[in-house]
Amino acid sequence: MRSRLALLVGLLAAVTLALAAPAASLAVTPRTSLNDVEDEVMCVSCGIPLNIADSPQADRERAFINDQIALGKSKAQIKQLMVAEYGNRVIAQPNSKGFNITNWLIPLVVVVVLIAGVAIVLPRWRRTEISAELAGDDPADVPELDDEERRRIDEDLARYR
Amino acid sequence: MKRSAVPLVAVLAVAALVGLLIYGVVSRAENKTLDEAVGTGQRPSAPARMLPVLGQTGKTDSLAALKGKVVVLNFWASWCDPCKAEAPELERAQKRLQKDGSGTVLGVTYRDASNDSLKFVKDFGLTYPSIRDVDGKLAQDYGTRALPETFVIDRQGKVVALSRGEVTQKFLDAAVTEALAK
Repeated sequence: MRSRLALLVGLLAAVTLALAAPAASLAVTPRTSLNDVEDEVMCVSCGIPLNIADSPQADRERAFINDQIALGKSKAQIKQLMVAEYGNRVIAQPNSKGFNITNWLIPLVVVVVLIAGVAIVLPRWRRTEISAELAGDDPADVPELDDEERRRIDEDLARYR
Repeated sequence: MKRSAVPLVAVLAVAALVGLLIYGVVSRAENKTLDEAVGTGQRPSAPARMLPVLGQTGKTDSLAALKGKVVVLNFWASWCDPCKAEAPELERAQKRLQKDGSGTVLGVTYRDASNDSLKFVKDFGLTYPSIRDVDGKLAQDYGTRALPETFVIDRQGKVVALSRGEVTQKFLDAAVTEALAK
């Protein structure tokens, strides 16, 4: 009885380990997918990102990626291999060397200038609006009441006394 | 920051952006140096770079190594349809040049995976060698922006004729004859 129990426990442990091992390895290195890679690379003949490209060359690049995925390559490795095959321009992200640094700097500068512009213009705008509102309260701007209006207002006020 | 400095900074920022834009457009403008030189009857030196040979791992080659021979330099890619159309013409030119050892066609693959290029070579039965311009630097030297493009280079390494687009037999015959005559 005891030996059977030990055998059962041993079998359960083996099955648990067998099931857990691939799951653990998958958790460490998730399998790369085509979708994960193709939005970060370009179709070299069409000049647009591969995930929106529809051409024979785009299909070849997808086949290349799928082959590398089948070989168990990571996204970074696949991108490196694509650079070796198609050159740096296959990478959708602009590099930051030389003049290409402007690809990163210009949007940053534009955002900073816009924020600064809003920060400067908005208070001035508000000040102008407040001044205009105050100017609207000037007694000189209130239209004159005629006799009928004056009588009705007096009547209304009398009701509240 | 003083209020009076704000417009000045804004103007400077806009001027800097416009300057960068102009520089970017000018630096990426089409390089027509070779076209203009050949068009006016000059023979500009053919740019050369050491590049890996297609299908031969670790081996490199350069146009410079072919000095003394007439070279038909052809930029191509397996994804380019006109390249398929002109491939038989280039193979014919190769046969002509190889007959007396006077020169060779030298293919330059452009933004093309080596397996796709090799399949192209096999499909069209091409016997001439090709080098791989992976980064497109050689193409940039020749002002290449679209495929195919062909440059006929004489024995002194000077560009005799060029064709931006699909080559015809007439162009190749005339240009190769002119290059051989010098």
